[in-house]
Amino acid sequence: MSYLPFAVAAWLFAVGLYGIVTSRHLIHLVICLSVLQSSTYVLLLAIGYRTGASAPIFVEIPPGAPVVDPVVQALTLTNSVVAATVSALLLALAVQVHKKAGTFDPDELDILHG
Amino acid sequence: MSFNSRRNLFFLGMLGFGVLYLWGLKGLPDFGRYEGVYGITLNKVAVAQTHATNLVAAVTFDYRGFDTLGEEFILFAAVVGVAILLRAQRDEAATADEEAEESKDESRSAPHTSDAVRVLGLALIGPTVLFGLYVVAHGHLTPGGGLSGGVVLATAALLVYLTGEYVALRRVSPESLTELAESVGAGGYAAVGFLGLLAGQAFLTNVLPLGTTGQLNSSGTILLINLAVSVEVAGGFSLILAEFLEQTLLVRERKHG
Repeated sequence: MSYLPFAVAAWLFAVGLYGIVTSRHLIHLVICLSVLQSSTYVLLLAIGYRTGASAPIFVEIPPGAPVVDPVVQALTLTNSVVAATVSALLLALAVQVHKKAGTFDPDELDILHG
Repeated sequence: MSFNSRRNLFFLGMLGFGVLYLWGLKGLPDFGRYEGVYGITLNKVAVAQTHATNLVAAVTFDYRGFDTLGEEFILFAAVVGVAILLRAQRDEAATADEEAEESKDESRSAPHTSDAVRVLGLALIGPTVLFGLYVVAHGHLTPGGGLSGGVVLATAALLVYLTGEYVALRRVSPESLTELAESVGAGGYAAVGFLGLLAGQAFLTNVLPLGTTGQLNSSGTILLINLAVSVEVAGGFSLILAEFLEQTLLVRERKHG
């Protein structure tokens, strides 16, 4: 069981990347990227976890009680908000591509229009 | 590259990734037995040093404050990118307006918001704003803070769009306000950093009085940065929502026109 979080992270990374590589729709591609990104959250949180420890919020917990690592949690927090805006940026690009080329299929975009 | 060769390349790459991943895992401590010195040290000293009880906020906005400043500017750049990409180009807006003028016909206009959505949305706006402000204000004490609270506040903006007619909202678009919020938030973060320089210390040093641990007005610059970030995130996300809704209108009008 102790390897489950690392396996989940690897699985999310693999299915996300597979989706990106074989994608036939730009919106689908952006969602796959989100799945891929979430693997990093699982990995970071799994690394910082300590068995039986509580969250790094020092309210109403006995002094000296074990607490999980706050650094990886902070990284995950900022990462998730930035990832949301980057997804928005990519979706905006997809909207513009559809306007210019009339398609969401990345395979039909290999001809550059001047 | 054909579909099959692309997929084969993927499986080849995953094979390499799998080997490297397993090799990397071997060097990691077992799940649940993490003994990172950085985190353990912070768990011991951070509450006394910053007077913030939410250590995630203390790490994000104080110990790794400079790093988060960089992330804030990534967020800022991404939002500006969305705004630039989606803002209707001049000719686009003109034709869309003409088409809207021409098609006064009921059947061609956007479908009306249902009463159920309107009532529920209106009822939720107040609690959502209050909850967002609560999450932001207690960021240094309990889970939450500027990043998550800002997103909750932006949800309130989405509810406003859902309950109002968005065609009417286009005329009173709060875009300039959300733009202002986004820039003030990003600039405010950097400005708080300069307080440290003014006090003759390093950039982003926590130089303000720390207050009593557990009180609302404690933890010095963490609270200020938290507020700046919430303003930026709320403004940024509202701006993104507004731009996408604007696009929906443009595309819809084009289809009907």
